[in-house]
Amino acid sequence: MEPVLLRARGVPNSRHIDTYLAAGGYEGLKKALTMDPEAVTKEVLDSELRGRGGAGFPTGRKWTFVPKEHPGPKYLICNADESEPGTFKDREIIEYDPHLLIEGIAIASYAIRANTAYIYIRGEFVRWARILETAIAEARQRDILGASVMGSNYRLDVWVHRGAGAYICGEETSLIESLEGKRGFPRLKPPFPAVVGVFGKPTVVNNVETLACVPSILTRGAAWFASIGRPRNTGPKLYCVSGHVRRPGVYELPMGVTFREIIEEHCGGIRDGHTLKAFFPGGSSAPVMTPDQIDVKADFDACAEAGSMLGSGGVIVLDDSVDMVEAAANLAHFYAHESCGQCTPCREGSDWAMDILDRILEGHGRPEDPATLLRICQYASQGMTICPLGDAFALPISSIVKKFPYEFERHIAAATPRPPKKLPVLPWAGPRPGFDGQ
Amino acid sequence: MRTVAIHAVPEEQLTHVTFDATMEERISELLTHYPTRRAALLPVLWLCQERYGWIAPGVIEAVAARLGESPAFVQGVVTFYTMFYTSPPARYVLQVCKTLSCAVCGGRELLEHLKARLGIDLGERTQDGTFQLIGVQCLGACGSAPVIQINDDYYENLTIEQLDALVDELSQGKEA
Ligand SMILES: Cc1cc2nc3c(=O)[nH]c(=O)nc-3n(C[C@H](O)[C@H](O)[C@H](O)COP(=O)(O)O)c2cc1C
Ligand code: FES
Repeated sequence: MEPVLLRARGVPNSRHIDTYLAAGGYEGLKKALTMDPEAVTKEVLDSELRGRGGAGFPTGRKWTFVPKEHPGPKYLICNADESEPGTFKDREIIEYDPHLLIEGIAIASYAIRANTAYIYIRGEFVRWARILETAIAEARQRDILGASVMGSNYRLDVWVHRGAGAYICGEETSLIESLEGKRGFPRLKPPFPAVVGVFGKPTVVNNVETLACVPSILTRGAAWFASIGRPRNTGPKLYCVSGHVRRPGVYELPMGVTFREIIEEHCGGIRDGHTLKAFFPGGSSAPVMTPDQIDVKADFDACAEAGSMLGSGGVIVLDDSVDMVEAAANLAHFYAHESCGQCTPCREGSDWAMDILDRILEGHGRPEDPATLLRICQYASQGMTICPLGDAFALPISSIVKKFPYEFERHIAAATPRPPKKLPVLPWAGPRPGFDGQ
Repeated sequence: MRTVAIHAVPEEQLTHVTFDATMEERISELLTHYPTRRAALLPVLWLCQERYGWIAPGVIEAVAARLGESPAFVQGVVTFYTMFYTSPPARYVLQVCKTLSCAVCGGRELLEHLKARLGIDLGERTQDGTFQLIGVQCLGACGSAPVIQINDDYYENLTIEQLDALVDELSQGKEA
């Protein structure tokens, strides 16, 4: 497949607006501006584009949830938080083709009749925030953004907003709170952001890759987009492969290639002398998969059927050198650190799971530990929390416990009881009359 | 690449912060991006961290006053996010990614090496205030593990030798 999203990778000076325009850039926006916003949404609906941020929600459908008759402002937010472990695709788009993203943002904003769009980018991505700011300035200067978008009477301002280090701010309602200048505590849904979003106004939140798909849907048509992949799982997809493969990186492939093709053909297989042990198909929050599942298609429905999820498309590959208990502990540390702390099952559960896993690794595992871990995970998921971070921590950890029980058994069989902790002694403050009778 | 050193303004000089004309201008510009003043809080805090190197209590008060918030509210926001420094950072903050892809692809070894070489543990800084070592979660660059962020810059696919050379350069006062 010829690249669509990574078309500019390797092209000299690819970030510059002239390079983008020369390659047919902003034609999709030009076309959209001649159409009704509803017709633009219809085109995206027909393409069957599904969100690339993690949940795979149909993008066109999300846009239709924005109340058309709403009198006040509406907002589009581009989610460039890219914080799911194993995910590094949005950065690739911004690095090589920031105008592709800006064009997608402009088309989406037009479709939902928003006059302001924000790009919420993770705080660590200083370089990429600057790239975006430069590209936005170029687009403004050419009247592609601003008071009169490409000469039409449609006005659009795009602002870059930097986060400041919080995984949770990738979750859309937490992102919205953060954008409003608050701590990133997720909101209860409903109401959904499409109805009550940022500043209390209808808001659509879409991932960078999702929005980067939109320009070519406009120029080449929904049917072309839907012809890639299979029904409900369409379009080009960025797979980010990390871990123990020979050639890790971002690969643009038609949706629905198998994990075998990704790992063995494109990434050159597992590094020398080792074999595949496990892989996370869609970021660390997806249930882990095993080598017997390598022929599963890397698309939304096939991953769901296989008991996992395509998530963000971050494929983390682990070979036989990895101790899966250590992998689980590593992830538990991540989620315990990143839980926002609002909901008890997630806040306490992730800490508790982390403590148990650390204790097993220190050689003090107990026979009941795997069952305890599963119980903690059960109570942190299934809608027990305000946002899905509870599931995000529970699913990978419980899947590791279930799929690699023998690794836990091995640690636990060799374990010794943990020596009792020395409790801190309060400093002696002298006699306490009337209390201890002295 | 030139990694710019952080110059943290000492706390004594940040007890009563007044924003100068350049800062005022930038803050006013930021306020035009949003329908509420509060929404400019994160960008204004970033501006302050760029300017003063960290978010001192005096900075919190000045930001709160400028945006019409209480210092307690601003403090709450500052402490929610990991990237705002609430104490003066060293000149170079070495942020080593500890998450899975990096951990299994050499990140753990890099971290151990740095600890041994600098003689400090995670969260500590060297005596001369040149380096500070912190462990961070996934930096979103896992395909080029192991990854270290130094101040604003990413260093990817790092070997121990490259890291050593980098630390040498930075400690000699050169900006890499
Ligand atoms: C804990 C958590 C973290 C998330 N992190 C991200 C992220 O970094 N980037 C992203 O685009 N979506 C992330 N999401 C998904 C968003 O909530 C939201 O579904 C997505 O941005 C919608 O865009 P899409 O419809 O284009 O996929 C996260 C969700 C959860 C629950
Ligand atoms: S795991 Fe280190 S950058 Fe993602």
